[in-house]
Amino acid sequence: MNAPSKTPASSKLIAGATGDWELVIGLEIHAQVTSEAKLFSGSSTAFGASPNSHVSLVDAAMPGMLPVLNHECVRQAIRTGLGVNARINLQSTFDRKNYFYPDLPQGYQISQFKSPIVGEGEVVVDLGEGESVTVGIERIHLEQDAGKSIHDQDPKSSFVDLNRSGVALMEIVSKPDLRSSDEAKAYVQKLRTILRYIGSCDGDMEKGNLRADVNVSVRRPGDPFGTRCEIKNVNSIRFIGQAIEVEARRQIEILEDGGSIDQETRLFDPGKGETRAMRSKEEAHDYRYFPDPDLLPLVVEQAEVDALKAALPELPDEKKARFIRDYGVTAYDAMVLTLERESADFFEAVAKGRDAKLAANWVINELFGRLNKQGVGIEDSPLSADQLGGLVDLVTEGVISGKIAKDLFEILWSEGGDPRALVESRGLRQVTDTGAIEKVVDEVIAANPDKVEQARAKPTLIGWFVGQVMKASGGKANPQAVNDILKAKLGI
Amino acid sequence: MSGPLDLTFAEARKAMKAGEISPSELTRAYVEAAEQGRGLNAYVLETPEIALVRAKASDDRMVKGEAGALEGLPLGVKDLFCTTGVRTTACSKILGDFTPPYESHVTDLMRRAGAVMLGKLNNDEFAMGSANETSCFGPPVNPWRRSGSDAKMVAGGSSGGSAAAVAAKLCLGATATDTGGSIRQPAAFTGTVGIKPTYGRCSRWGIVAFASSLDQAGPIARDVRDAAIMLGAMAGHDPRDSTSVDRAVPDYEAAVGRSVKGLRIGLPREYRVDGMPAEIDALWTRGAEALKAAGAEIVDISLPHTKYALPAYYIVAPAEASSNLARYDGVRYGARVPGRDITEMYENTRAAGFGPEVRRRIMIGAYVLSAGYYDAYYVRAQQVRTLIKRDFETVFADGVDAILTPATPSAAFGIGEKADASPVEMYLNDVFTVTVNMAGLPGIAVPAGLSSEGLPLALQLVGRPFDEETLFAAGSVIEQAAGGPISPERWW
Amino acid sequence: MSVDETTVRRVARLARIAVADHEVPKLATELAAILAFVEELSELNVEGVPPMTSVIPTALTLREDVVNDGEDAEKVLANAPAREADFFVVPKVVE
Ligand SMILES: [Mg+2]
Ligand SMILES: [Zn+2]
Repeated sequence: MNAPSKTPASSKLIAGATGDWELVIGLEIHAQVTSEAKLFSGSSTAFGASPNSHVSLVDAAMPGMLPVLNHECVRQAIRTGLGVNARINLQSTFDRKNYFYPDLPQGYQISQFKSPIVGEGEVVVDLGEGESVTVGIERIHLEQDAGKSIHDQDPKSSFVDLNRSGVALMEIVSKPDLRSSDEAKAYVQKLRTILRYIGSCDGDMEKGNLRADVNVSVRRPGDPFGTRCEIKNVNSIRFIGQAIEVEARRQIEILEDGGSIDQETRLFDPGKGETRAMRSKEEAHDYRYFPDPDLLPLVVEQAEVDALKAALPELPDEKKARFIRDYGVTAYDAMVLTLERESADFFEAVAKGRDAKLAANWVINELFGRLNKQGVGIEDSPLSADQLGGLVDLVTEGVISGKIAKDLFEILWSEGGDPRALVESRGLRQVTDTGAIEKVVDEVIAANPDKVEQARAKPTLIGWFVGQVMKASGGKANPQAVNDILKAKLGI
Repeated sequence: MSGPLDLTFAEARKAMKAGEISPSELTRAYVEAAEQGRGLNAYVLETPEIALVRAKASDDRMVKGEAGALEGLPLGVKDLFCTTGVRTTACSKILGDFTPPYESHVTDLMRRAGAVMLGKLNNDEFAMGSANETSCFGPPVNPWRRSGSDAKMVAGGSSGGSAAAVAAKLCLGATATDTGGSIRQPAAFTGTVGIKPTYGRCSRWGIVAFASSLDQAGPIARDVRDAAIMLGAMAGHDPRDSTSVDRAVPDYEAAVGRSVKGLRIGLPREYRVDGMPAEIDALWTRGAEALKAAGAEIVDISLPHTKYALPAYYIVAPAEASSNLARYDGVRYGARVPGRDITEMYENTRAAGFGPEVRRRIMIGAYVLSAGYYDAYYVRAQQVRTLIKRDFETVFADGVDAILTPATPSAAFGIGEKADASPVEMYLNDVFTVTVNMAGLPGIAVPAGLSSEGLPLALQLVGRPFDEETLFAAGSVIEQAAGGPISPERWW
Repeated sequence: MSVDETTVRRVARLARIAVADHEVPKLATELAAILAFVEELSELNVEGVPPMTSVIPTALTLREDVVNDGEDAEKVLANAPAREADFFVVPKVVE
């Protein structure tokens, strides 16, 4: 299959010893479906249970056990499909992918090979600075997760825990539309945002609830696709970027040395910063896919799809557009604010009936900045939207200055309380009484006669005087009033 | 001389109700018979303790007037049905001493209806065979012998143990399963009645799977009425089997003896195969005449794709089996043969655990599903299956109510007599029965006479989907015309 | 339809069944005979015929998203040929 000839932005090309190379990346994301029970059994999907406890006779593939499809997992896949503007296939089938592995109890994985529940769709990925790339979604299908083999407990044995066996996964397959590791990372980030908005996957990469198989190849710009390698199970966005970079470099080196790329599956070793071929996948697989005779074709009514669509929450793209339109925030701010649904909700609660730009500023720079620094999620924010909104009100009303507001933010963060009451009880109110400010200005001018001379010659030095006055007033003087009085007194 | 063992279940039920015999007395008689019949190798495991405990409970329910539909029925269970706490092997070494902590849906229903389990019955390994000569426990012996000979005859397969035990009165009825003829063919070889109901009528949950899209459970019984009573208790919707049909179970017993006046019975010309023994042909004609005499209309019909059923079956069934039997890998249950690494352990376990016929079918199945062959074999076979089903649909649409055919191309043969026969020759035993599985239809085998050698011969009736009632009605006409149930001379 | 010995070994490997060298020729013959038997299907015109997906057309059963199974490791492990605490044990697997 040849690539549609897209002219690559030259900035995305990788310079090699013999000329430029273009990276081609496609991703298969395995996203754990948010559900109480497994895809085909009634055992729990909860994380962190003791070994083999969340295992039913079906999950352990006992003789005569049969799969029964979890309706909620079907709904989640449909919601996800709708979230990436994809076609929902009203009829889909489950197939068996046959291979032997100790954590695959049935000897096959039930997956959707020929007719997946979700067909083609697309995701628009922001790359910053007004740039974006549209990534095609090839398909999304439902399948079972495998159990877990533990190899480091015993020198001669592996231990098998089937707790994850049968947990529902959505495999989200992108087209090879990505051209750099940054694009790939932004795509995964965006997909994760969409999944979390919809609630079909919690996106927790640390727990392995979202992981990627990364297909990487390189080619000369304009050439057909090169041979790709699949890097299996990369489980953080940072590692996805690193894996792509090192794999691309490896392939380019081989090609420039006159070698050729073997199509193979590889593993990324973040410690060593390299990819290596997987030993267990040495022999060519022949999965012998065929429709699972224990499961009839899955038929979904259009009415159910319509109902799921109607009940979808506002998705990141829509929300972002609305924030720009209704709140007048910048595209960048809107993107940051809509990364997580909870953050967007928080922002809206703060912005409601207030100066939205000011609200955005406080939410993004102060609150998000602080949360990130402390590694706290928005849901655990010590400040409520009400408190931050109250702070913004006090700034807007001129009751406190921006500087005092930051102090107030600190108090609210560490001690809590009502912002307005705190301003009163701690005497943080801004001084707007010109008489009082004049008194301070006079003192500062009297103490610095040399600076007064200089300021008359170079009016920008007024900033230094403002700073001194603010300092002397404990930050409570109204900066505008200070400025006005200083100008008059200094005659500039 | 007639004793408790000579009663059909319908008769025993009457006697038990009248207090002439208790379930415990009846059960004790069968426990003893099973013991004395060990030479027939019908049971692979006798469970007299369980039987007597359950019979005692039956006594109590009988007294209290809480008798279920199968109250006090001394029952044999094919070793393909998982039974709680009782070793279940599918007559394969690979299951070792597997003791399921669960009960198959069908045997659970029967138990709830009051049936008393006497033990587990022999079958072809994983139900793969037509003579029950592939069991790891050796073949069961047909209680029928050729006149003037004491050569041991096969009981048919795969439910040979069930058929032999019922025919020899080692149990009053038995569960069986039918994938290509495994109920009807052994019933035919032993002068018993066996019915394979419509696909989806009985739950497959807890029955060791052979070929999921073809497997159905059903009873083997002394006569048509007993088969009807038993099927009534075995059938019913089970949400744990996705292919189980949610449809009320009719009163099958009420259909026994129902008039066949006005029914259109089709005789498919394609079943008049080359080399069919004259006595089979004559048997068929006699059966048709009996139905005609009872008021049915006999019509010639055509099922043009009949000859393709067996080849298509020998693609579909092994394909499904190769995947269904992948779970027997020595990891979670059953036998394990060590190896130097995991792959060698798998290969050694499966080479030692499976017998030659099972190994052959798994390999054929893996072959027809493998890359490059899937479309030519598996997909084509499933297309042929559609054509076979359409043949039947056409005939039924033309007003045919049931189809009458011979059940088998010959009477039982001697154990070991076909040791040199090729696998394909053995497969031809199922030539009349397999189409019915391919189309998912109900089929019953009813004894219709004896061969010139004094061995039972049977006719098969095939019905519309879920119209088992017509089969019981017409089957009972055949049974009566042949002079009622037959029994072998006791020699064991 | 002939089946060569490489094919027998490849299929045996796929099915994870060890075959001894002396078994291979016999298996090749048997598999070839079965394949020759099913070859009959190729004479049929099946163009446009949909492959059978469910022999008795019924709606697929769905379960509600309720946890009502599992939580009994002993039940799952009771028949294990080898176990260590609550794990199944297999020969070391190299990834
Ligand atoms: Mg993949
Ligand atoms: Zn996958």
